[in-house]
Amino acid sequence: MSEIKKIATRDSYGNALAELGQTKPDLIVLDADLAGATKTGIFKKAFPERHWDCGIAEANMAGIAAGLSTCGKVPFISSFAMFAAGRAYEQVRNSIGYPHLNVKIGATHAGITVGEDGATHQCLEDLALMREIPGMVVINPSDDIEAKAAVKAAYEHVGPVYLRFGRLAVPIINDAPDYCFEIGKGRVLKEGTDVTIFATGLEVSESLEAARELEKDGISAEVINIHTIKPLDEELVAASAAKTKKVVTVEEHSVLGGLGSAVCEVLCEKAPAPVLRIGVEDRFGESGPAVELLHKYGLDAEGIYKKIKAYLG
Amino acid sequence: MNNLELEKTANEIRKSIVSAVHSAKSGHPGGSLSAAELFTYLYFEEMNIDPKNPKWEDRDRFVLSKGHVAPGLYAALAERGYFPKEDLLTLRHTGSYLQGHPDMKHIPGVDMSSGSLGQGVSAAVGMAAAGKFDKKDYRVYTMTGDGEIQEGQIWEAAMWAGFRKLDNLVVIVDNNNLQIDGTVEEVCSPYPIDQKFEAFHFHTITINGNDFDEIRAAFQEARKTKGKPTAIIARTMKGKGVSFMENIADWHGKAPDDAQYQQAMEELQKAGEALCQR
Repeated sequence: MSEIKKIATRDSYGNALAELGQTKPDLIVLDADLAGATKTGIFKKAFPERHWDCGIAEANMAGIAAGLSTCGKVPFISSFAMFAAGRAYEQVRNSIGYPHLNVKIGATHAGITVGEDGATHQCLEDLALMREIPGMVVINPSDDIEAKAAVKAAYEHVGPVYLRFGRLAVPIINDAPDYCFEIGKGRVLKEGTDVTIFATGLEVSESLEAARELEKDGISAEVINIHTIKPLDEELVAASAAKTKKVVTVEEHSVLGGLGSAVCEVLCEKAPAPVLRIGVEDRFGESGPAVELLHKYGLDAEGIYKKIKAYLG
Repeated sequence: MNNLELEKTANEIRKSIVSAVHSAKSGHPGGSLSAAELFTYLYFEEMNIDPKNPKWEDRDRFVLSKGHVAPGLYAALAERGYFPKEDLLTLRHTGSYLQGHPDMKHIPGVDMSSGSLGQGVSAAVGMAAAGKFDKKDYRVYTMTGDGEIQEGQIWEAAMWAGFRKLDNLVVIVDNNNLQIDGTVEEVCSPYPIDQKFEAFHFHTITINGNDFDEIRAAFQEARKTKGKPTAIIARTMKGKGVSFMENIADWHGKAPDDAQYQQAMEELQKAGEALCQR
C-alpha cells in the first residue's frame, strides 16, 4: 500500500491552474487569504499579475468574479468549501448562478478530511447547496489526474462550475492510458452483478478497495465513479441499478442532499431500487486526523465493506 | 444636453416609472423617483454607451446595486432607446422580459443582474478591475441605497476598491434617507456616509442629487480624480415629483391605485408643461 502515489486534489487544483495559465491569458485566479492552503499560490508564483487576493471577504470575491466574467475574463474563485459554498452561497446563487456567468468556484478542504480544524471548517453540505442552483455544474474529482482534467474541463465549459477538492492526499486511480474526463459522464471502474456502488471524490478509491474485499466473500460489486454530481449521468445510474437491483452511494458529504439524494431522485423515477446511502449522517464533524475520522465515520474501505455486507445480509 | 433638456427627460422618466409601477400593481416607485435625475444624467450625459450595441466591449458600465428601483433604470433605458417605451407597461407581468429586478440575460442595456442588496458594488468593482487589467478607458458606475449600505458586503467591496485604487469606479449613494421600516437613522444609521467611504480611501462628493448643476459638477470631479475611486453621496428626496409620495417611507414598495395614478400623472404632466414654458 505504501508504494501507491498519493496527492491531495487541492495540489492538483493549483498545478492545473498554473498549467492552464500558460495558454489562457483570460484566466484570473481570486483567493481569500488562503493561497497557501488552496494551492493557488502555485499559480500566483507563475502569474502574480493574474492572482488577486481579495482578503478574507468571500462574498465580495464572488461578486468581483461575476463582474470580471462580464468583461470576458474567466475567473476561478478559491477558498475552503465552507466559505466558497457556505459563506458566499447567496452571492454564488444571485450574482453568478442567476445570470449564468462564466465563473469557476474552486472549493478546497471539503468534507471531514479537513481533519483537526473540526466541524466549523468541515463542509458536508456544499454538494447539496451547489447542485440546487439552476445551471450550476458540480464536479467532485476522485484523484490528481481527474482533478486536473476537471479544472481544464471547467475552464472550457461556458457557465458556472463548482469544483470540490480535498486536503487529504489520496491514491491515484485514474492512471489507465485510455482515461478521459467528460463533464456529466460517470465511469465504470469495476463491473459487477450483485450490487452497484456509486462513489464520488475520495470515496471512489475507498469503494474500490471495499469492492475487492466483497469479491473475496463472493459478492460481485459494480463500482462507478460519479465525478460529476450535476449534471448527473442519469442513464448510467439507471442502467446499472436496473442490472444489479441493489444500490449503494458513498460520499464524504452529508447523506442529505448530495450524491445519495441525487441518485435516489433518478432511481425513484427511472429504475426503482433500494438504496443504501453511505456518508456522514445528519450531524456535524469533529476534530481529529483525517484518516482517523474517515475510519470513525465508517467512510474508509473497511467501514464501507462492513456497511455493504450488513446491508446485503 | 443642457439642464432644461435634462429636466424634461427626467420628467418623462418619472412618468414612465409611475406608469410602469401602476401597470405592474407592485414595485418600487419611491427610490426610482428619487434617483430620476441621476439615471437621466448617467444615460444621457455621462456614460459612453451605444443603445444600438448594448454589449459593446469598450462601453461604460452601470450596475444598479439597489436593484429594486428597476423601474427607474428601465425607464431611463427605454427613454435612451434600448427597447420600446411601451414595453415598460409589461413590468413584472408574467412572461415579460422586464423582471421585477434587473436581469442582464434578457434586458438590453442591463450590465449586471441585481436585486439582492449589497451585491452590485462588488460586481462593479470586478468590472472596474477588469478595465484596469486590460488598460481600457471605460468607466464603471454603480448605485446603492443609503439603507443598502447597511449590508456588510458593500464595505468589503469598498475596502478592495480603495485598496486597488480603482479610479475608474464611481459609487453613487442615493441618500433619500428612507428605507422600508422608516428613516435610515431610526432603523440603523449609516451616517456619516462620506467619512466611511473616505476611511476606505475613496474621494467623496456630497451633492443635492436632484439638482443637475450639482450632479454635473460631481461627475466631472470624479473623472478628474486619480488614484482613488469616488463616492458621490447624492442627497435626494424619496418619491420626488409626485406630491403624495414625497418623503413617505410607505411609498418605498407599493403601487398607486387608479385614482392615485391619475393624480400623479396630472402632476407630472403639469411639471412637464411648466418646463416647456421656460
